[in-house]
Parts: sequence; structure tokens; C-alpha cells
Amino acid sequence: MSNNFKGIAASNGIAIAKAYLLVDPDLSFNKTTITDVTAEQVRVDDALKAASADVEIIKSRAEKNLGADEAQVFEAHLMVLSDPEMSGAIKQKIADDKVNAEQAVKEVTDMYIGMFEAMTDNAYMQERAADIRDVTKRILSHLLNIALPNPALISDEVVLVAKDLTPSDTSQLDRKFVKGILTDLGGRTAHASIMARTLEIPAVVGTESATREVTAGVTVIVDGLTGNVIVDPDADTLAIYQQKAADYLAQRAEWALLKDQQSVSADGKNFVLGANIGSPKDMDAVLENGSEGVGLYRTEFLYMESDHLPTEDEQFEAYKAVVEKMAGKPVTVRTMDIGGDKNLSYWKLPEEENPFLGYRAIRISLDQTEIFRTQLRALLRASAYGNLWIMFPMIATLAEFRAAKSIYLEERAKLEKADVKIGDIKLGIMIEIPAAAVLADKFAKEVDFFSIGTNDLIGYTMAADRGNDKVAYLYQPYNPSILRLINTVISAAHNEGKFVAMCGEMAGDPIAVPILMGMGLDEFSMSAPSVLQTRSLMKKLSTADMKLLSEKALDAETNEEVIALVEAATK
Amino acid sequence: MAQSKDFHIIAETGIHARPATLLVQAASKFTSDVTLSYQGKDVNLKSIMGVMSLGVGQGADVTIKTDGEDEEAAIKAIAEAMETEGLAE
Repeated sequence: MSNNFKGIAASNGIAIAKAYLLVDPDLSFNKTTITDVTAEQVRVDDALKAASADVEIIKSRAEKNLGADEAQVFEAHLMVLSDPEMSGAIKQKIADDKVNAEQAVKEVTDMYIGMFEAMTDNAYMQERAADIRDVTKRILSHLLNIALPNPALISDEVVLVAKDLTPSDTSQLDRKFVKGILTDLGGRTAHASIMARTLEIPAVVGTESATREVTAGVTVIVDGLTGNVIVDPDADTLAIYQQKAADYLAQRAEWALLKDQQSVSADGKNFVLGANIGSPKDMDAVLENGSEGVGLYRTEFLYMESDHLPTEDEQFEAYKAVVEKMAGKPVTVRTMDIGGDKNLSYWKLPEEENPFLGYRAIRISLDQTEIFRTQLRALLRASAYGNLWIMFPMIATLAEFRAAKSIYLEERAKLEKADVKIGDIKLGIMIEIPAAAVLADKFAKEVDFFSIGTNDLIGYTMAADRGNDKVAYLYQPYNPSILRLINTVISAAHNEGKFVAMCGEMAGDPIAVPILMGMGLDEFSMSAPSVLQTRSLMKKLSTADMKLLSEKALDAETNEEVIALVEAATK
Repeated sequence: MAQSKDFHIIAETGIHARPATLLVQAASKFTSDVTLSYQGKDVNLKSIMGVMSLGVGQGADVTIKTDGEDEEAAIKAIAEAMETEGLAE
């Protein structure tokens, strides 16, 4: 019986495969009294062994997909499973209390979890509690003989169906087998969506009900272009979607021909199409998609994926790897943007009522200047190996930019004195706080470039969190209020002869791109898989026509009116 | 005759994460009992949970004891692991 529903289209492409449900099974059990202590202890040993065997497989999969560093967490899981004190305590409990293995495992692991969670001043130890929970689930699943879903062990082509995907889930995905992703929660910018686009796996998120409506093993169509989901399709529907999938692949092949071409409009104006990255690992996709630069390197991932503040040398190696791979094309590195929803396990930020309006990004850098100076030194040193630009996130006032710049100049002078080679660095700011957008004419006199971060700019301008379903309707990228702010910034930069980029979601959005071309935006930086599609779109549009379109859009009244204008002008 | 050696922990993160894993791995290679003592508490150095539950931070003074047939080799290997990882002096 076919069943359709709709979610948010989060990653392009069409997937047709059997559903694999990544939901926690029921691992509940009853406490029982046992008589054969030895037999129960043997069950514990067997379950520990079987759990270790699982983790070994997951670990080797993670090593292959992600590298040894990312796989280290599984080394910790293995050590927990072979911990002599833990298994000793479990067996002791069986002997003393005559309880079943499940109960003994639960009591002992709960004791450890409680102990680690009680260390509230130590975020690292609290995270280890999560590790023990994970391991406990695995031991119980073997004791109860209930298969635990495990993305690392998938060996058939599937559509992964889950409530939400955590970073540790996505790190185990093998794109050879995972053909599509379908989730209950999340939006286009959720972690799962970003990962899906990076891995080029079609995805529909935010369906609210996917895990309830889809049963394991049934065929599912995930249309990442429209957000449509079809469960158990009939033969006709299946044929239609197989054709759509083939058409999409053909279109991608056509886009691929544009890989080594310039980004130029129908009337011959050149633009720069860049890609956004979070780590040197993303560079393959950047180069495969013919990006003309890295418009946003989010350095906070260096901090978030480490278990300590990354050292100057660790950062230097990462930045150097990226600028070298780009071989002279510009790489815009954003200094650490921690805070808001991005936290560090080893360095606890103060609890805040309003983290998005609080202590984050440049506000932390200007307060914890040693952390900032370390990053700047690493960037200065890496600049000798390519074309590196630096930008500061969350700048609200000129005073902040001046303070950041003076610290930069101090570190630069020290390195120059020590005869360290430094490249030709441009210094700019993110425009994501409305205050900076409004005052862009003043900023433009002092910076080398702007990069408009639309995700936060829209959120702060509309005072709406798009992750909050109740107010997500206010997240309106094409609202003329937003367009006017963007136009103000572009004009202000150009009046001073400065370069202006955009690195938010809007830069690769087919509705926004025509308007932004008309406004004269210089660089569009987006997720790498969107680059060729955007280059193809630009080729079809004339900047003269788009200028007229942008003028109409700036004079429009609503988000919907702007969408209609763009659709009419680009037909 | 059991072996014993004192260490002053210099690693910024203390005995957490990777360092803890390495010490447990080093200790587990031997048949001797290996004990880590910190602030009057003793734990089995072959137990990752035990080691982590001590919460040994930077600047801590700890003692390691080995007792058994290969106690000399064991204490030597652990001292080496401490040094090569820059954990202690």
C-alpha cells in the first residue's frame, strides 16, 4: 500500500532503495533471580566478546572512512568492554545478588555513568558517560539477542531512516551503501543535511513522521529535489522516479562539463564561485566541483573535533594543506566561531540565557586573546603557501574590527621580526549582524573585503530561529528587508573599491542568485556540490536583465512577491 | 618485592582520553598487578574506568606500583609510556 508524505528537501538527487531504520530498539528486560551463577557469568563474557567484535568492525570502518583520529573513540569503547574491573564487578554482582546478567550489567554501568556524570566541572568526563551508555546498549543487545541498528555494518543499498542523525552516526556512513537519508527532525542547515550534501547523498529531512510511517525493508523513494517521499511505490510510480533519477544524473553530467570553465553570465560578466569547507578533508569535493576559491573555511571544526585547544602547529598544518590544494586561488579563513550552538567538550563556556546573542566568535577571541593570537600566528605562517584571506566573524562595531586588526598586526610584526615568510593577506569581516550591515559604508573604508553570512544575518534581522518550527516561517531570505540590507553592503563595498562575497545558504540558492548577480555581488560561496549548478544557471542569465530584476525585488513588499518576480524573469 | 615509582603529571589534559588509553594498554601487557594511587585512592591501572574515575589533572602527583612476576619490566614500560607521551616527569 503506497503512502506519500513530504519533508524538507535537504540534499539534491533521487534515491530509491529499501529502508533501513536507525532507531533504538526496546532493550528493556525483567530482573530475575538465577540459580546457576557460572552460566550467567559465561553469558556476560560472551556478550562482552560479541560487543567487542562489533566495535572492531565499526572501528575499522571509521578508520577507512574518516581516518585514525576519528576512530579513536571506538578504541575507548573497546577498552571499556575489556575493562577487568567492570567485568569483575558485573560477575561479582551476579554471584552476590543472584541476579540475571542483564540486571548486573545495568547496575554496574549505571554506577559508572552516575560517577562520570557527577563530574560536572569536567565536560570531558561527562562525555565519557555517553560512551558507557553506548557500550551498555551494545552489551544488552547481545544478552537479549536483539540486533542493534548500526550504520557502520550496513552492506546493502539502503535509504537510512532515523529521527535525526548525530555526527557519530554520519561519520560511519558508507556512501556506497547509503543511497538516501530520511529523517523526522532537522532543517536544511542541520548537521545531517550538511553532511548529506557533502557526501552527495539525496536527503529529505524534517518529515516529522518518517520513522513511524516507514517499516524496515520496504522500498522508499526519497526525492531530495522536492522533499517528496513515497513509501512502497506501485510499478508506475517507481518507473516515473527511476526516469527522474536518471534525468538528474544526466543533468549532473552536463554540469560536470562546466568544471574547468569560468563563471560568467550570458552577457560576459565574471563572477567567482567558491566553496564552503569545515576541514581539509572537504577539499576533494571543492576541487571535483571546479570551485574558484574557498569562500568560507569554518575553523571552529578544528576546535570542536579535538579534545584540546588546537596548537599553533596543528592549525598551521590544516590551513597550509588547504591553501596549497587551492594552488593560488583565494582561501578565506574565518577565525574561530565558537559559541551559539557550537560548544567545546574540553573548554566550557558560561551558561547563557541567549547564547546566540551572547559570548561567541570574535567576542571570545577578543576576550581570550591568547587563543586568538595562536590562531592568527598559524594563519600568518600558512599564508606563505598560497592565497590566504582572513575574516573575523560576528563583528558588530568598528571598535571590534580595529581591536582584532591591531592584534593581527602585532602578531604579524613579531613573525616578520623573526624572518618568518608571510603571504599577501587580505583582512575582512563577516557581515552577519544587522548593525554592521547598516554601517557598511564606514566599515568599507577600513576592511579589504566583506563576506555576507546570510544565515545569521536573516536570523538576527527577522529575530527568528529557523530551527524553531513555530517561527521558522519568519526565516525569509528573499524578504525585501533582507535584500535591501544585502544591497546596502554590496554598494558600500563597491563605492570603496572593495570586494564583497557571500558565504551563506543564499549564495547557492537558485532564487537568490539572479538577484545577487543583478546587485553585482563578486563572490558566491556555497556547499561544493552546488557550484556547477550555479555556474550553469549564471551562463543563462544576463546581468543587465538581472539588474532590472534586483531593482524590482528591492521595491517589492513580500518574500512571495520576490519569488514570483524571479520566476518570471528567469523562465 | 613490589616496585613503586612516583610521577608528577605535566600534561595539560591530565590523564584523560588518549593518555589514559595508552597507560592502560601498557599496563595490560603484563601479568603483574598494576596500581595507580592518587590522593589516597588506589585503582587498577588495567581498568580504563578506574583510571578515569580518579580524574587526575595537570600538576597531580601519582604513584604507580607493580607487583608480580614481571613487575620490573612493567614499571619500566609504564615509565617509558609516561615520558614518550609527555605525560609526566
